Amino acid sequence: MTIPNRPVLVELLYQLADDELVIGHRDSEWLGLAPHIEEDIAFASIAQDEIGHANTYFKLLEELGEGKADDLAFLRPATERRNAVLLERPNGLGTYLENPAFEWDYTVARRLFYDLFDSVRLEVLTFCSYTPLAQVAAKIKREERYHLLHHTTWFKRLATGTLESRRRLEGGIERAWADLGGLFALGGVPTGEIFPATTTEMVDRFTNQLKPLFAEVGIAWPRQPVMRPSIGADGRRGQHTGDLESLLATMGEVYRTAPGATW
Amino acid sequence: MVTEAAVWAALADVKDPEIPPVSVVDMGMVTAVTLSGEGAVRIEMTPTFVGCPALEIIRRDVIQRLTQVDGVFGVEVTFVFDPPWTSERITDQGRQRLASFGIAPPMREATGNLLALNIVPPCPYCGSQDTHMENLFGPTACRSIYYCDSCRQPFEGMKQV
Repeated sequence: MTIPNRPVLVELLYQLADDELVIGHRDSEWLGLAPHIEEDIAFASIAQDEIGHANTYFKLLEELGEGKADDLAFLRPATERRNAVLLERPNGLGTYLENPAFEWDYTVARRLFYDLFDSVRLEVLTFCSYTPLAQVAAKIKREERYHLLHHTTWFKRLATGTLESRRRLEGGIERAWADLGGLFALGGVPTGEIFPATTTEMVDRFTNQLKPLFAEVGIAWPRQPVMRPSIGADGRRGQHTGDLESLLATMGEVYRTAPGATW
Repeated sequence: MVTEAAVWAALADVKDPEIPPVSVVDMGMVTAVTLSGEGAVRIEMTPTFVGCPALEIIRRDVIQRLTQVDGVFGVEVTFVFDPPWTSERITDQGRQRLASFGIAPPMREATGNLLALNIVPPCPYCGSQDTHMENLFGPTACRSIYYCDSCRQPFEGMKQV
């Protein structure tokens, strides 16, 4: 079967798969470290959802002849990854094994922004001209509502909790906001039948939903998310930080150690 | 020669690996059964959750069960997203069996919006409405955790998706 716009479709699928895989890995690092046991369970479940979504996108790439889904997930070097830089940032200082000083405030802010962005993007994808992707997006959209709901609840809780929780949340918002523009960058995906929305349209939809939430809890709107990453790299074009390198080294370690093993 | 009815009857024996009283038919996962003249069976199933790790187990169990049906030579199971699985697909029998296992069935779309967290299901143990949500996320992707303030029993509920 000939796929119209195949290069664009493939590029888009890498963005989707890599976003979900990388944030899912960061989520999984909270296991055992979250503020309380219910949150451990929540983040384990959310991580499982995101890795499952990544797997589904990688399988679409496999069907398009890009290679085995697991190889695409575990073996591609950082320069070929298309995730936004916001999602590869560590949860905080240290690692989950050694002296983790993770930042819940940053995690809540980043998670909320990503979930809201993802809901906007999934809505666009339901109109994708490649039917298998449109169908997957319609399904995933129904699941992601729970993530958005969860992180909205946390956002409000930190914002209206104590002076310290609010001050910390504001710090987390500021740090996440610096990378926000990179989420909306589309790299090698032009607006068209495969992805029928522009960066500006997505930023507008995102802003229209997030501004009322900031107003509700009385947090000042930082500024318009910049279209291009103002600092650092454009992950959609394969430019990444050293944090992605170390994430990939950890994530693919077992897979590379025992090639061909089945689990 | 194998009939479609025989295939559906056999599918009713294939249980959800994590909820033994409930079959894949009860869950509304089977979307199409196609028979060829040669006894080849093709099953289309729609995953409850995209990241559900039980999918490959379900595929294996369906193949194992259908291979035992007289006249079946070859089983193929495909997961499709059209139609997407929603919790409305669970049959009435499936809802009763979920409750019998201590899992509150998902709220109907007509009666509750998942975004309204104060709408909670009745306790599957004592039937009380005096329950509250403990955790939107539970032991599997498809379940939340609730607590019954009447019989003081924690219980799980299937998410509305």
